[in-house]
Amino acid sequence: MRIVVLAKQVPDTKNVTGEVMKPDGTLNRAALAAVFNPEDLNALEMALDLKDRYGGEVIVITMGPPRAADILRDALCRGADRVILLSDRRFAGADTLATSYTIAQAITTHLMPFDLIACGRQAIDGDTAQVPPQVAEKLGIPQVTYVVEAIEMSNGRMRLRRDLGRREEIVEAELPLLITVPRTANRPRWPNARRLLKYRHARCGFELEAEARRRRAEVHQVLADLKARGLYIETWGAEEIQADLSRIGLGGSPTKVKKVDSVVLKGRSLRFFPPDDKGIKELVGELIEERTFG
Amino acid sequence: MAQHGEVWTFAEIEDGQIAGVSLELLGKGRELARALGVPLSSVLIGHRIRSLADRLFAHGADIVYGADHECLAEYTTLPYARVLTNLIRERRPEIVLYGATPLGRDLAPRVASALKTGLTADCTDLQIGSYESGGRVYENKLLQIRPAWGGNIIATIVSPDHLPEMATVREGVMRVPEPVEGRNGTYVEVPVNPDPADFKVRILERRTHPRRVDLRSAAIIVAGGYGMGSKENFGLIHELAGVLGAAVGASRAAVDAGFIHADHQIGQTGTTVRPKLYIACGISGAVQHRAGMEESAKILAINIDPEAPIFSVAHYGIVGDVREVIPRLIKALRGKL
Repeated sequence: MRIVVLAKQVPDTKNVTGEVMKPDGTLNRAALAAVFNPEDLNALEMALDLKDRYGGEVIVITMGPPRAADILRDALCRGADRVILLSDRRFAGADTLATSYTIAQAITTHLMPFDLIACGRQAIDGDTAQVPPQVAEKLGIPQVTYVVEAIEMSNGRMRLRRDLGRREEIVEAELPLLITVPRTANRPRWPNARRLLKYRHARCGFELEAEARRRRAEVHQVLADLKARGLYIETWGAEEIQADLSRIGLGGSPTKVKKVDSVVLKGRSLRFFPPDDKGIKELVGELIEERTFG
Repeated sequence: MAQHGEVWTFAEIEDGQIAGVSLELLGKGRELARALGVPLSSVLIGHRIRSLADRLFAHGADIVYGADHECLAEYTTLPYARVLTNLIRERRPEIVLYGATPLGRDLAPRVASALKTGLTADCTDLQIGSYESGGRVYENKLLQIRPAWGGNIIATIVSPDHLPEMATVREGVMRVPEPVEGRNGTYVEVPVNPDPADFKVRILERRTHPRRVDLRSAAIIVAGGYGMGSKENFGLIHELAGVLGAAVGASRAAVDAGFIHADHQIGQTGTTVRPKLYIACGISGAVQHRAGMEESAKILAINIDPEAPIFSVAHYGIVGDVREVIPRLIKALRGKL
């Protein structure tokens, strides 16, 4: 069985602290740390759990700049069998449609046949949740979103539990299939210590080049060495996946950002009341006077 | 002036009724249709749906495209996506709007991918306006406005060269237009030819839980955060809400800590609310939380940290320990109300 996990490296928008706020109340994006998109870890966990139960291989693929190799190393340490970095300057600026085309193209050209594609429900930077269904459409396979439990897999079918907020569904779907996984599905496993010692040395081609430039060493030597030790992260660009250049990146993206406004915290006429009985009584009196209680 | 296509909304059915967000779309849809000088239409997919179309007419739809078939009685992605994709190809609407519900966010990207058109997720506002790029001016485009980067920026997205322009719209942000009982419209029956290849996902079981709390229609909300410290202390929130006849809300941190069920979560990933009074207790006020409550008419914040961001959106503030302040507040209210 082959399970492909789609992952994304994202700015850590959840931990916006005082340091990343500029004096004018806007965000200093460069100061945000880059992390493994949290729900993609839930998707990876579901994939690894399925592998534990039914065997097979787990392949993690991400599209992003060279530093996105960080999350691929993390995926290897947590138990992924193979990781792939989709990286090419021409992929940059992609909206969800162009991103889904690029990922679907990578899968069609190199990863067929697969049984399951597992994705996080959504990424914390864009919060769109659009790429997974668009990848499924391009691959011509069904999708099941909001999967909190993979109950059973047999005879080319999967039984899944979906959590839709107010509604819960048990569905049966034919493989190959794409699923999306929310954070409530499971608790992602931690990197295994032995794997950590090995796979922290994994490098992608871009990183090799950067290191080689720094050390003025021969790339080929190091690359051959890494390949031999199973520490080389496969890296594919537009050519490797035979991408139609008009359908990737900014040029392949119908939606454009017209403008971006910063959210500036509104100054309100804030009045403080002391936390003692007298202050609170005064506040309650005022709220009643203003008919705030209806 | 160039001729425009219609403005469409996708009408979602929830528990046999038109979903609230689908009625909200009709208010905004009417504004957009008026700006473009085109009819406002809704697409209704299901089984035995004719009577539901009248609700859409009453709330402002001029045309309802109804796809009625027993194999469409329950939502599954592929059959619904096929009906909608074919209908869009045939009728060429200018704009298609969906509620950003689990269903809308499952369906819309699938349709966008098949049509190779743009889609913007979870919009909080929509306008008609112009867009300039490379010396060219595009008139009468849909400006799709949404928060991004965890609510730290507001982006305006356009899709200048592709039709239809499509967006999902956040629930609870737009107002439901007043219904006009007996208002009529044109019902267009859409032929359905199901493809057996689309039935690859079968629903074996479906359970619906009633909503634990109705935050959106509450006049007063008492919300607790991680600063409440424990599930036991969170009892103070329930007690204060009881005195005020208020609904109980929570920040994501309080939900994650297990103080209360996720149905009570307010903020970007929870419910968006705008009550007359919002009392935030032990909530620091991360941007994701503020995004879901800052439109409240009056906000009272109680927090031990005078620097907490919640005070930047509050009208009244009390700096102090919630475990001492809330009991005093309850005592003061019991004496007055």
